[in-house]
Order: sequence, then C-alpha cells, then structure tokens
Amino acid sequence: MKHLIPEFDKLRARYPAGFESSLVLPCLRRIQEDRGFVADGDIDALAHYLGVPRIQIEEVLSFYGQFRRKAVGRSHIQACRNIACSLRGSERIIGHLTRRLGIAPGETTADGRFTLSTVECLAACGTAPVIVVNETYHESMTPEKIDALIEGLR
Amino acid sequence: MPGKKLLMTFPVTATSHALAEYRARGGYGSLEKVLRGMKPEEVSREVTNSGIQGRGGAAFPMGRKWSVVHLNDGQPHYLCANADEGEPGTFKDRWILEYAPHLLIESMLIAAYALQVRHAFVYIRGEFDGPYRRLAGALEEAYAAGYCGERILGTDFSCDLVIHRGAGSYVCGEASALLASIEGKRGYPRNRPPRLTVRGLYQRPTVVNNVETLSNIAWIIANGGEAFSKIGVAKDPGTRLISISGHVERPGVYEIETGYPWRQFIYDDCGGVLGGRQLKGIIPGGISTKVLTGKEIEPLTLDNPSLNSAGSSLGSGGMIVIADGTCMVRLLQVLLRFYHHESCGQCTPCREGMGWLHRIIDRIVAGEGRPEDIERLYQISAWNDGTTICGMGDAAGYATSGILNKFRDEFEYFIEHKRSRWNGTLECPRSS
Repeated sequence: MKHLIPEFDKLRARYPAGFESSLVLPCLRRIQEDRGFVADGDIDALAHYLGVPRIQIEEVLSFYGQFRRKAVGRSHIQACRNIACSLRGSERIIGHLTRRLGIAPGETTADGRFTLSTVECLAACGTAPVIVVNETYHESMTPEKIDALIEGLR
Repeated sequence: MPGKKLLMTFPVTATSHALAEYRARGGYGSLEKVLRGMKPEEVSREVTNSGIQGRGGAAFPMGRKWSVVHLNDGQPHYLCANADEGEPGTFKDRWILEYAPHLLIESMLIAAYALQVRHAFVYIRGEFDGPYRRLAGALEEAYAAGYCGERILGTDFSCDLVIHRGAGSYVCGEASALLASIEGKRGYPRNRPPRLTVRGLYQRPTVVNNVETLSNIAWIIANGGEAFSKIGVAKDPGTRLISISGHVERPGVYEIETGYPWRQFIYDDCGGVLGGRQLKGIIPGGISTKVLTGKEIEPLTLDNPSLNSAGSSLGSGGMIVIADGTCMVRLLQVLLRFYHHESCGQCTPCREGMGWLHRIIDRIVAGEGRPEDIERLYQISAWNDGTTICGMGDAAGYATSGILNKFRDEFEYFIEHKRSRWNGTLECPRSS
C-alpha cells in the first residue's frame, strides 16, 4: 500500500480537514484496484495511515459488496439478475455464461482467467440484460455478443 | 409530445457533456446570476416557490427540506447529491451524470451558496464507473474554469465538491446510511429525529437531495420558481425523468411534464408492450412502489397525485412494464431475493423477515409450497410495516402484498399444481 500514499495525501486535501475516516472507502477502493483484493497487511497499513481502528476497516470490508479479501480471475464477469434484466433474458444469459465458461456463479476457472458472479440492479435497465466485466458495462447482451466478448478476453 | 423539457434540452453527441458546449447552451449563467446579485435567502425562496418535490422516491418538497438549515447558526453545513441510484428499474440519474454532468455541478454550487456550504459531496454508487469518469472529468473542467474551489468567479464564495464513490450497497441510497458511508462506516440507516438537516454528516446540518431534483435548480434560477410551478400539475410541478424498462418496445429515459397521460406515454412514446402483447402490469416508480394492473393504470396520468389515488406512486421514476404471460410468482421471487440480499441486518423484522419471505417464495417456486404460505407472506409483510429504521422493510412488504393482492390466483395455482400457471419464464414469451 505504501506506494499509494502520495495519492492518498492528494485525496485527503479535498475532504474537510479532521475527518480522515471519510477516506476509508476511497482508499480501500484504490488498494483493491491496485492489488485486485484487500490483504491483511493493507488493513494494518491503512488503519495506521488514517489513524482509525482496524475493526472499522474490517467492518467496512465485510459490509460493502464490491470489496474482496481474495483474488478473483483476471476477467471478473458480473451478470445482473434483478427485475429488468430478468424480464429481458438474464436467466438465459447467465445460463450461457455458465456453459461457456464451465463454471457456476461464484466460481473461478482453473486457469484463473475468469470469475463469474451474479449481481443486483446496476441501473442500466433500459439496455438489459447487462453484464459488467471488471469495471466496464456491456449492455443489451445476447449469447452471440457474449461469445465474441469472451473470445476477446482470452 | 410529452410536453416541456427542462433537463433533456439538447441533442446528445460525443462532446455535448463537455464544458465548452454546456456554456454555449447558456451553462453556468445561473451560477453567475446568483453569485453576482442574489442573497442566499433569495435563492432558497425561488426553490421553495417552485414547489419542486424530491425525485428520489419520497417526493419531499425540496424547499421545506432546505428551510430547516439556519444560515447563521455558526456551524458548517453540508450538501450531498444522492447519486446512489440503486432502486431496481431506475436509471435516470445515470443520464444526467453521463450527459449533463455540468448541469448537476452548477446546480449543486447554487444550492451550496443558498445553504452556505463549504464542502459538497456527490455520493455515486460504486458500480457507476462510466458515469463517475464523466462526472470527475467535468469537475476537473469546472475547477480549471474557476467555477469550483476558492473564491468562485472572483467572489467571496468558496466551495469544494468531492465525488465520493460507494462500494456496492443498496441501503446506502437511504440518506442517513449514505452519510454514514461518507464518514467511512458501514451504511447503517439511523432513526430520526434528529433530522439530517439538524444533525447530518459529521453531526452537522446536512441536506441530501437526489441528482435529478438538484439538477432542476439551474433552470429554476434562470426562469424563476413561479415559472417552474406552472409546469405540469400544480401539486407535483415540473418534469420527471422516467426510466422505462422491461417488456416495452423502446426502453430508455424520457422526460415528461407531470400530468402526461400514461397511455399516450407507453403506447405513443415508448412504442407499446414488447411484441404487441397485452399489458399485464406496471411497476410505476421502482420496485418499492406498488404494482398496478394494466386496467388500473389505464385512466392515470404520470404524476404523484394521480398515482397516489390508485394506491401507488411515481417513486423514483423507474417504470417496469410487465407483459401478459409473465409469471408473477417468479417475479416476486426475484424481488425478495434482492431485498434479502440487501437488508443491512440492523433491524430484526427486516433481517429475519426478508430471509423468511425469500425462503417461502423459493419453496413455492420449487413446488413445495403449502396452502398457508400466502397468508404467511402477508403476515411477514405486515410485521415489517413501520417497524424498521429505514423504509426498506416497508418497501419489501408493499411489493409483496401489492403483488399478492392483484395476482393471488397465480400463487394459489403454483402451490396447488407445483408449477407456474404460465410457462414460468420472466422473459417476454415469444409465442402468444
């Protein structure tokens, strides 16, 4: 985490002074972006840097759905399964992804290339069904578009 | 035509979100007007006179919310735009964040001036990567042009705007949970009183408004609160961004003047039900508003007084269209899985109730439903009503009882025959 501290210092200047605990979420997001997940050592280092209790960081990590304590595949495919996507075929899309990748939601391929997850509403209902690969939205998905996407990611 | 437009007033192009084009459309003129010649109280008065109600779901009058903040109380005030847009079916704020980010920034700076705010926040949901980049790019432009930061436009007014990203939590769209999240804690809602406008972020008076609500301020200042109050229906004035999805030919975000006939909207503007099928039902404003049958919605108009008269509301403007032949038991299963997944776990009725509702609906769909299950679903929904800190417990109960009230026969059929009355899929059935 140490190499990120100059960035964190910059971020700190934008928040009102004296409320360092507000940096918990932005710093954790940046750490995860950098390492792929949040390691035990990161928690210690961040607690020390911000002067907040370690337990506060642990609580945050276990509450918010996007934080990970373990690595995921190089391409993390997240498929929405909420109402609008369901009405436009997300069950078919998730089924196709499962067959195509040979893994169930929550699993990672043996070669570590893909992790498949299901997620709740991504606020892209007008272009359902939607999947997210790492951070990027892919909208109005079809099995054909998924095949092309996966080919490109291999 | 759905009437006057206040937000979607320009053709979207690859550069229409940039500062230069926003200024060419008259952008930041309202901020100039305010900083050069209006007192904070005068700005608030225009907002109050406009009669604008919150667009996030609860429809609380923005002017009344602001009026609780005392300008000379000697303490810092905070302003926060709620861009956590997570109510399933809602994707209108994303349109503003992506295509009109400067409209939000300008409107927030005017609000910050009116409320004498030094630090304002945009709390944007963690999944919104594209919208975040757009907004962050616009904010850098605004800083570079002197619209943000120290001594804005050479005046004595200074305000910093911080974009704070969430990390995946539906409940953080609830204002008190949102503020806890900015404070670097779990997003737990808290009881009122004290109201957030009395004790909010860092224990200071804080105004939390929805992105769309705030974005109307630039227009209100340019044209006056009274002019705004004359648009649409008197009791719910202005325009609404309706995000429509599900079984509809042309899903997307539409701006309509309140009072616009529902029928005209769906059949003329949105192209009708997918594949020309019959309409089974509409969830008018995000899944936490009560479902209406095709017949019920027929005579209604798109505004809160009209939808309230039918026992529902326009909520967050997230309209979901459901075609004939859709299995409502499976639909409720999707909703209850979601509520169970998102319960923050603080309040017993919600934490236990969501799991219980979810287990029962899973059992019915698995063909193991029991005749008493329907009454049990009703009972748990009632236990949740008004017994939890935030509205999520109530909302899940309303969604459940709303669907049961209108489609009870499908649940009875499923329990008795151990299969759906329809083919069981949620995707629009292809053959009619």
